[in-house]
Amino acid sequence: MENLIGLLVAAPLLGAAVLLCGGKRLDRAGHWLGTALAAASFVIGVVLFADMLGRDGEERALHSHVFSWIPVEGFQADVAFQLDQLSMTFVLLISGVGTLIHLYSVGYMEHDARRRRFFGYLNLFLAAMLLLVLADNYLLLYAGWEGVGLASYLLIGFWQHKPSAATAAKKAFIVNRVGDMGLSIAIMLMFTTFGTFAFEPVLAGAGETSEGMLTAIGLMLLLAACGKSAQVPLQSWLGDAMEGPTPVSALIHAATMVTAGVYLITRSGAVFNGAPDAQLVVTIVGAVTLIFGAIVGCAKDDIKKALAGSTMSQIGYMVLAAGLGPIGYVFAIMHLVTHGFFKAGLFLGAGSVMHGMNDEVDMRKYGGLRKYMPVTFVTFGLGYLAIIGFPGLSGFWSKDKIIEAAFAKGGTEGWILGGVALLGAAITAYYMTRVMLMTFFGEPRWKRDASGAVAGASPQRPDVEPVAENAADADTAHPATGAAAEPHPHESPKSMTIPMIVLAFGSVFAGGLFSLNSSFVHWLEPVTGHDHGHSPLSAAAVTSATVVVLLTGVALAWAQYGRRPVPVLAPRGSLLTRAARRDLLQDDFNHVALVKPGEYLTRGLVYVDAKAVDGAVNGTAAAFGGLSGRMRKVQNGFVRSYAVSMFGGTAVLIAATLLMRAV
Amino acid sequence: MSFPLLTVTAALPAVGAIATAAVPAAGRVAAKWLALAVSLATLVLAGVVFARFDPGGDRYQLTESHAWIADFGVRYELGVDGIGAALIGLTALLIPFIVLAGWRDADVPDAEAGDTRGRRWRPTQGFFALILMVEAMVIISFAATDVFLFYIFFEAMLIPMYFLIGGFGDRAHASSEDEAAKQRSYAAVKFLLYNLAGGLIMLAAVVGLYAATADQLGEGTFSLARIAEARASGELELATNTERLLFLGFFLAFAVKAPLWPLHTWLPNAMGESTAPVAVLITAVVDKVGTFAMLRFCLGLFPEASSWATPVILVLAVISVIYGALLAIAQRDIKRLIAYASISHFGFIVMGIFAMTSQGQSGATLYMVNHGISTAALLLVAGFLISRRGSRLIADYGGVQKVAPVLAGTFLVGGLATLSLPGLAPFVSEFLVLVGTFSRYPVIGIVATLGIVLAALYVLVLYQRTMTGPLKAGLEKMPDLRLRELAVAGPLIALLLFLGFYPKPLTDVVNPAVEHTLSDVEKTDPKPDVPVTAHDAEAAK
Repeated sequence: MENLIGLLVAAPLLGAAVLLCGGKRLDRAGHWLGTALAAASFVIGVVLFADMLGRDGEERALHSHVFSWIPVEGFQADVAFQLDQLSMTFVLLISGVGTLIHLYSVGYMEHDARRRRFFGYLNLFLAAMLLLVLADNYLLLYAGWEGVGLASYLLIGFWQHKPSAATAAKKAFIVNRVGDMGLSIAIMLMFTTFGTFAFEPVLAGAGETSEGMLTAIGLMLLLAACGKSAQVPLQSWLGDAMEGPTPVSALIHAATMVTAGVYLITRSGAVFNGAPDAQLVVTIVGAVTLIFGAIVGCAKDDIKKALAGSTMSQIGYMVLAAGLGPIGYVFAIMHLVTHGFFKAGLFLGAGSVMHGMNDEVDMRKYGGLRKYMPVTFVTFGLGYLAIIGFPGLSGFWSKDKIIEAAFAKGGTEGWILGGVALLGAAITAYYMTRVMLMTFFGEPRWKRDASGAVAGASPQRPDVEPVAENAADADTAHPATGAAAEPHPHESPKSMTIPMIVLAFGSVFAGGLFSLNSSFVHWLEPVTGHDHGHSPLSAAAVTSATVVVLLTGVALAWAQYGRRPVPVLAPRGSLLTRAARRDLLQDDFNHVALVKPGEYLTRGLVYVDAKAVDGAVNGTAAAFGGLSGRMRKVQNGFVRSYAVSMFGGTAVLIAATLLMRAV
Repeated sequence: MSFPLLTVTAALPAVGAIATAAVPAAGRVAAKWLALAVSLATLVLAGVVFARFDPGGDRYQLTESHAWIADFGVRYELGVDGIGAALIGLTALLIPFIVLAGWRDADVPDAEAGDTRGRRWRPTQGFFALILMVEAMVIISFAATDVFLFYIFFEAMLIPMYFLIGGFGDRAHASSEDEAAKQRSYAAVKFLLYNLAGGLIMLAAVVGLYAATADQLGEGTFSLARIAEARASGELELATNTERLLFLGFFLAFAVKAPLWPLHTWLPNAMGESTAPVAVLITAVVDKVGTFAMLRFCLGLFPEASSWATPVILVLAVISVIYGALLAIAQRDIKRLIAYASISHFGFIVMGIFAMTSQGQSGATLYMVNHGISTAALLLVAGFLISRRGSRLIADYGGVQKVAPVLAGTFLVGGLATLSLPGLAPFVSEFLVLVGTFSRYPVIGIVATLGIVLAALYVLVLYQRTMTGPLKAGLEKMPDLRLRELAVAGPLIALLLFLGFYPKPLTDVVNPAVEHTLSDVEKTDPKPDVPVTAHDAEAAK
């Protein structure tokens, strides 16, 4: 069984290698090969899962040492895998949702000339992501960590002829690198403290080192998590990452990669448990992000960006839960899995809508689509009910538990965190209802009047010009996009709707299934530990409060977007709305605080290098040999003779030495 | 007397150089094939050196020792440790790619050659002969265990390099032919003067070393083995100040070559003005002699002075890391950008050497090899790009991936290697250097870690501006990589991947040499605060 673990990673890796190096011969069948290998990984995962269930809780972890990666005195980095319940959960999520999204992409990318490459990148992503969750040491995890970053870079910038996509890809990689720096430093700290960075010895030895050291390691791991999981202050890349094809947004930027930070924190639980200060910072980051993302999600008219804000916010919940320690780890992962289902489903639904709407992403130009896309409407609707936490659906079970756990933290902190989590639930209900109403209900706002212009819209709208996803590429078969063509909304092909239906099932039932007899808690407890905490509120009270805020949010959204027609042109909005449309000024802040000073610094250094450093070195040399004066005469040839004479001198010296032998 | 393998390995390219130079003008294609064949044969010999080297054996192997200038104590002594073997391997590996990449770089259009053609003007022959000559000298430098022997070739390689830089400039220049010639000549002379100045200071130190040994041992010697033996037995004791001065003399020469901030300014000029293959020769091969010599001579001959100078050198190294990266970000010229990136990388190498830990020095040695391969991949592909458009300016490109996807793809892999992405070789070495530095000097280690963010910036901005976005006017007809070019980029990328996943063949050879070097300087690795003992680890499993 152990040997199968390597195959989990190897199958998609093989796919990536074959598809990326294979050339045009594979264009016809490459996408099916990629999908088959993703499915192979999932099947192996299921086999291993069945095997794991056959053993007792404490005996379930499998280890597999493949080879010694970097053997240097005192430093042992191995390519070795560890498959325990936590990793298993991720394996099934990644390969399962991954396979569905491969299948969806077969239809979605049908008209793209570079579809083979797209599947190569998707396979590469799966391999890296599985490596990340299967590694048995932090350095190998780091390799997977940067590997998913690379895949994300390649896929965000998949339509790299679009400058906006290329810029977004670069931004994502660089912001992530800041986080990676944190992971590097954390590994270095582990190495100097424990002499190793393998999970088992580090986590077992965590109790023996000082709290200060654990806090330092924890904060560095948190920095890494912030980058990958788009948490404040490293959140700015996720919205732009929506430039990538929609299946990518679903798989990488919603269901799997962006949750890697939560995995990292949960995996390093022993470190955080010994560092309360670091945990506090984790909860603060989670709480701030969950509100931040939710506010951004309320203001966006671009359906994918609204969902991206929502992703950020939901991961905020997970990070918050992970920061609570053993009270929250299990629920962080449970929400991660249910979120994987419903958010992937929502993104695929959004992709399906765009597919039928000439790649239009502006929800103000949707409306009334439920009649035209019934399957999309139902699956998206179930995902919607799940994410807002409608009682009985997946999101309800997992989010409610996190809110409970936040109160159970105890003390003032508990009240604040619980309050924030409740507030977040209200805002979630508001912005998701807004998305739902603007897209599927109300009057169609995409019909054209006689003049060809969208009814009531003036063609010049600076900030929401229709971003045609791949229509700008002459290679793709969406020939007539532009303002003139009226969209003809239609349901998507089967290869796209089937994954949506499967995910909708997950959105509805997964949470309930996990909560039945607390099965998910029992499943993960041997790895993460679990503690009930002491909640000042009864579970019933928390649940009622959650339902009340949820209904409030829905009602508010309905009052604004359901009762009245949605204007095709966005109203100017309040100061907060306008700030939220600009992602709460994150890019403006980064521009002023980092980009501009950076530009001045590098330009200044170019001047310094040319004038001062070069000059100083030459000047110093001049003090000894008049080098500088001669350097300046280089144009008129003196210096060449000088160099020759210097050379000559050396040569004579050497010759003299050689001659001495003859003497 | 065993077969003098090292001498033959070094002599082959030297003989090949003379033969190539002697090919008549009409046979310029034959000269190219001859040079390629010689470089491949040298690679085979270097492979034998690497294979015959026994990691568990003596420190120096395949040794040769002959009296040479007896009155002056100079001996012809060769031998390799794991570090030398790895670097000889790197050199021999890269030269065939350099030859192949520069296949047409020295060809003069028939019209320009005019009536002198066929008689004395034979640039193609000269170009490849000079490259082979450099290879021969570099190999001897990596193998020399006699200080004076090393010095001679360390200096002598400046001559062919000077002509390669000054005589075979990049044809892609914005300005007029005359202006370009001036720039080129400036770059070549600057290269020569910086390195000569460093070399002369070193010569003084070499003479000083001779005087010291002559004084104390009765007879002067340059033999590393003899000096080590005398120091161990207490026969030779250098006064603190003498040792420090001698150290500085050696170190300055190597720091110019490496190059270390603030002695780096010759490198962007030299790499910018020369053709891409020559730029690779400079940064991937010749400059490695500098960092190699720090390990072998500075640390080996002057251990105490090395420790004394460590804080200052580490600060200079970390400045190089950050400064080089920041300047790379601001460059507008592709080749100068890569040159500044190299300065940043050399900072890492020097940092690893002077961190004086196993991980740091193994990492630094691996870094020399990996940087050679990754820079070759990036720079040679950049050269292919530049030769297509006739411009080195980043602003002249855009959207290239649309017309030349393979070129863009290989360029990206070269770039990702340069930014040390895990899975590619440079990650292994960079991480080792960082860990090795951090374990003894945490602050320096953390500052240097900033370099990984900056590297992502300069690489990805370069890729974005040249390869993505709408196609720049004038590039519609740009062809993708040709077979010859693919034969250069493909194997280099395969090597980057192989050494990224499985660096063990290299670490096995390098590790023992590093242990020897660390025992020279009497340093041991810092111990972890909470050592997890082998027993615990076993129990945990």
